[in-house]
Amino acid sequence: MSDQTYVTKDPRGPVTQLATPMRLDYLFTAGLSLSRNLRGYQRAEFVGQKCPVCGKVYVPSRGSCPVDGVALTEEVPLKNTGTVTTYCVVNVPFAGQSIKIPYICAQILLDGANLSFMGLIQECDVEDIHMGMRVEALWVDEADLVPSLASVKYFRPTGEPDADYETYREYL
Amino acid sequence: MAEPTQVFTSPHVLEYPYSRSTGPVIGSFLTALRDGVLIGIRGTGGIVIVPPTEYDPYTSEETSGIVEVGPGGVVTSWAWVADPLPQHPLQHPFAWALVQLDGADTAMLHALDAGSPEAVSTGMRVTASWKPAEERVGNIFDLRAFVPEEAK
Repeated sequence: MSDQTYVTKDPRGPVTQLATPMRLDYLFTAGLSLSRNLRGYQRAEFVGQKCPVCGKVYVPSRGSCPVDGVALTEEVPLKNTGTVTTYCVVNVPFAGQSIKIPYICAQILLDGANLSFMGLIQECDVEDIHMGMRVEALWVDEADLVPSLASVKYFRPTGEPDADYETYREYL
Repeated sequence: MAEPTQVFTSPHVLEYPYSRSTGPVIGSFLTALRDGVLIGIRGTGGIVIVPPTEYDPYTSEETSGIVEVGPGGVVTSWAWVADPLPQHPLQHPFAWALVQLDGADTAMLHALDAGSPEAVSTGMRVTASWKPAEERVGNIFDLRAFVPEEAK
């Protein structure tokens, strides 16, 4: 017996592993602004909010402009189309993965918005994805629309010519 | 200003199923708990550290020599939990207590199942209350709680 070891007669032998699950239960409250944005998804519509000072359109909006520190009151409906500013091809399987690999995650700047957000790209070979690619949102069937991004099935290329780099260089 | 909108809320759960290697010393402590035994280890100058550590927390020297301690001990400090949280070891009001076990030079933290805060005091004698042997798996909660010694 080593000086640092307790000896057991238990047939299971010494304990060498310990399960230490970590769990955090949150109740997420979306707030008024994000709730309006989420309500938009239920209508198959992207809803942004415009800053009365700098004029930037945030989607999704948290209700205030992080630059000017003022409340955003003007709602701006946005189109379904946008530009890929940057992207990542996912090749690695992980627990809970629901999409067949390889697939593309992209930052998408909606037309008229000044904030990009992450979206799934489909109907596009991973070799073809690139910065500046024009994409459009495909919504789920009307009966399946919910107040969350789950209403966006995915984005797919529109086939339009690429956006000029200058139109999205600020959003990388 | 746009029309009022229903504010959405959503439950979110973040959970990681971690498993960690115990190492020989903590592993010994957990193995002993499964056997219904409390152990410590000798540090510099022969002090008995409970729960055992691989190194003396005061001198950083390697510890050596497993020592059986308890099952009785003395409460050195405590805090009453009137409203236990779901992840707490007891689902009725209890105390978190630092218990210096007989034979130990340090105190260990565990639940003290004493019924009411009036029944708890610094300096009171407590003793280990174990889960049934067949339910013990090598976890700190194999030691269900400490209980006042006179109640045992």
